[in-house]
Amino acid sequence: MAGEMKQQTARSASSGKRATLLEEHIIEIVSDSGEGAQTAGQMFGTILAKSGNSVWTVEIIPAEIEPPARTPAGASGNRIRAGSFPITNAGDGAELVIGFNEQALMGGKWENRYKPGCIILLESMWANHPDPEIAAAYSGVVNILNEENYRLYEVPMEQECSRFVEDARRGKNMFVVGMLMNIYGRDLQLARHEIETKFKARKPDLVEPNIALLEAGYEWAEQNLDFRFEIPPYGVKEQQVVANGNVAVALGIVASGMEVCAMYPITPATSASHYLSEIFPEVGGFVHQAEDEIAACAFAIGSSYSGKCAVTITSGPGMALKTELMALSVMAEIPLVMVNVQRGGPSTGLPTKVEQGDLLAAIFGTPGDAPKIVMAPATIEDCFYSIITARKIAETFRTLVIVLSDANLATGQQAFPRPKISKEWGAPPVDQSPVPAGKDPLDWDPVTGLSQRFIPGQPGGMYTLTGLAHDRKGLVAYGPGINQEGCNRRSLKLAAFQKTLQPPKVCGDESGDLLIVGWGSTKGAIEEAVARVRKDGLKVSSTHLTFLQPMASGIKEIMQKFRQVMTVEINYSDSYEDELIDENNRRYANLAWLLRARYLIDVDCWSNVHGRPIRPGAIEDMIRERLK
Amino acid sequence: MFGLSKQCVLELNEEYKTLEDYQGRISRWCPGCGDNGILTATQRLCRDEQLPPEKCVFVSGIGCAARFPHYMSTYGFHGLHGRALPTAQGVKIRRPDLHVFVNMGDGDCCSIGTAHWIHTVRTNMKLVAMMHDNNIYGLTKNQASPTSPLGMKTNTTPQGAYLKAMNPLTVTLGITNVSFVAQVVEWLPEVLYEAIRQAFHHNGFAFIRILQRCPHFTPDAFSGLLSDPKKLLMLQHEDGIQLSETMSRLYKTTEQHDPADINRARELADRDDIVPIGILYRNENIPRYEQVTKSTHKSTWEQRENVLNGAFDKFGIDADFASANEGTRAGDGE
Repeated sequence: MAGEMKQQTARSASSGKRATLLEEHIIEIVSDSGEGAQTAGQMFGTILAKSGNSVWTVEIIPAEIEPPARTPAGASGNRIRAGSFPITNAGDGAELVIGFNEQALMGGKWENRYKPGCIILLESMWANHPDPEIAAAYSGVVNILNEENYRLYEVPMEQECSRFVEDARRGKNMFVVGMLMNIYGRDLQLARHEIETKFKARKPDLVEPNIALLEAGYEWAEQNLDFRFEIPPYGVKEQQVVANGNVAVALGIVASGMEVCAMYPITPATSASHYLSEIFPEVGGFVHQAEDEIAACAFAIGSSYSGKCAVTITSGPGMALKTELMALSVMAEIPLVMVNVQRGGPSTGLPTKVEQGDLLAAIFGTPGDAPKIVMAPATIEDCFYSIITARKIAETFRTLVIVLSDANLATGQQAFPRPKISKEWGAPPVDQSPVPAGKDPLDWDPVTGLSQRFIPGQPGGMYTLTGLAHDRKGLVAYGPGINQEGCNRRSLKLAAFQKTLQPPKVCGDESGDLLIVGWGSTKGAIEEAVARVRKDGLKVSSTHLTFLQPMASGIKEIMQKFRQVMTVEINYSDSYEDELIDENNRRYANLAWLLRARYLIDVDCWSNVHGRPIRPGAIEDMIRERLK
Repeated sequence: MFGLSKQCVLELNEEYKTLEDYQGRISRWCPGCGDNGILTATQRLCRDEQLPPEKCVFVSGIGCAARFPHYMSTYGFHGLHGRALPTAQGVKIRRPDLHVFVNMGDGDCCSIGTAHWIHTVRTNMKLVAMMHDNNIYGLTKNQASPTSPLGMKTNTTPQGAYLKAMNPLTVTLGITNVSFVAQVVEWLPEVLYEAIRQAFHHNGFAFIRILQRCPHFTPDAFSGLLSDPKKLLMLQHEDGIQLSETMSRLYKTTEQHDPADINRARELADRDDIVPIGILYRNENIPRYEQVTKSTHKSTWEQRENVLNGAFDKFGIDADFASANEGTRAGDGE
């Protein structure tokens, strides 16, 4: 019954225009900051998802809080990719763009975010602006768009909206939602419902004007636009949850049974703590905003040591500051979960943009030998489950687990099956039972390196934990044999953990001409690109690694079945196109380094640091070029 | 039964703990090191308060003072240079049942850990912090510390320290939410013990600066104070420390100082000519961080399930959203 209704919802409404049937479409809405393009995008994305499409949305966020108006870099908005098949990434160029001014619009054009010749709906008020410079800038852009054969529609948003609200600037976004409802043939009632839900509780007097704006947008599109699209639903049977990666991390923390999160504000990680701060107290939890990154990590370690396993959330520069404490967590065998929502680097780098540049720093960044576990969620759903897993591993193996998310996951929104809550996820109560006489605090098992952790409050377990080299009793000991033993036992824990890992799955045939290996947020784009070239008969497969340290067994065997192996990553690598680069000096992408070193296979890489998600189309082009 | 008060019967497993029950390994501090006196006073406190050793956690940083936990037989956390305070906060935040002590040196507290010192004072968690101040980096072999006096020759300042020493008391007394500040010297065990005892009973973050001799590198740093009792200003008050008769005979420079008087405390702390000894400031009414951040909700799994389900509902896409479609269809004319 529900499915039937969805069919109706996605059916184009009863106007005379013929709707073009599409498998997917990418929409971008851009405005100045504060004009509500993000709200419009989120609302329309929700409506598309609720009416049965698979949807991936990405926030377009300027680096500043209130960037100057009408500037390309100051644009704020949303990208929506909707389809009738499972959408796993932000896709290629946008096919329909709505701009509130021509400068915000051009920002995206310069970044090649739009498909050449795509449909553009542009606010037309600037054409007759009293400031001749603005009017000239507008007409200049219109000329360019026309010359380059974009399908440009100038929309008098300001004029239309001012019929309903005094400040049209604050109402255009709902007008835009109305237009989109018409263009994609969605039932207006869905949008009315969203508006009511959004405003009813806090600003009930805004419901009516917003609905009026919505209907005006719908009607304007009905009268003035000569196109319509239909994206059939893909028929989700189970209940779904829509979240971005940071919200998923926060939910994962709640589900993992942890009670303490210690953090220091850093983009793009902080929003996880925002949401967590809202809900954590309801489960007796607490987010500690420390005085700095180091203090946040020390606080989390202190809490973990006292029996309440804690998490610290950060991004690359923050992880660098925490390095010494990361090693302490490993050395003193204190469980700790660290989430690094990676951004562009090095140094302060690209705070709001994506990169996967911290993998080697996470694994090797600590001085001395500090074996730790490093894992990377590949999807927003993974962001939720990986925290639950990380807490369990950290406590079982008495060590640091680093979860490498990134800005792409943090700001992307996707629906995933509603998790079926399991009591198994939670943390056990703090052990306060007496420690048997004669038991050592680091009673390393000679095979696994594992030992029972003594928690303050346990009678008979009193010992002094130290970051100095120590023996099985935890006593400071500088003897050569003792340090060798300690390092050995901590390393063996990784081996013991490694034995529990399953080999990664291969997407595509198990042998062929090219295997692409990825990790983290690029999974959707890689798999989509591989699927596209496979349709044309190319013998390409992909595999994706969740655990980067240690890596599962079986990876070598997978790679050996392909003529070529390469990684696709969002981090820096040298290219042979540069005159000076050759075999002797080429620096590889993070994962490629690791695979080459471990498996002695000539793994190539293709990577860049453009600060944006790698598009399936770009990977596809690279593969076709390579296998030509 | 037989009119016997239950409270008078010692339970068999509640045996009386002696000093030995709190003593860990034999200290490896230099002979004559002032840290030994601080250790003894602390062990005495544990004994007198009959603290269960498993409920005590001594957190330290790096340096001579930071070896302290190894010489206790309680739980200890010998962590990183400068990071003892935030670690101790983490230990305490969800474990109010633990007695958490922090031992750090002047380098630990006033140099590499300065940010933590300031913010730990501000958060006012119930911790006892002892800052062993010997005016020198000892373990790394004789470098100037922030509290080294102007002109002091060290390995990094062979021509003499360039800057006037930092005053940890005026700094601490200037921080918002400061609630307990004391200064003592390790060579007066009576006053040392009393300051640690009052710190232990303080309802909040207790900061004790302990002037401590380093027999190796700064043997003369406090010789003036040792030879001339007049240079110590003994602060006395019924709410502070009251000197014994013997002490009163020896140390005659005294002042009646009410620890509630922060303005006078700041004046005393700022004096260059004399060293105030005793409780400079105490305020039992500053909110503690572990209290103000305590959730009213219990951390039960059922509660977690409720909250998760609430979130999943909020972010959920109802598979049966069709009900919303039953309204007027768009374009059908409304």
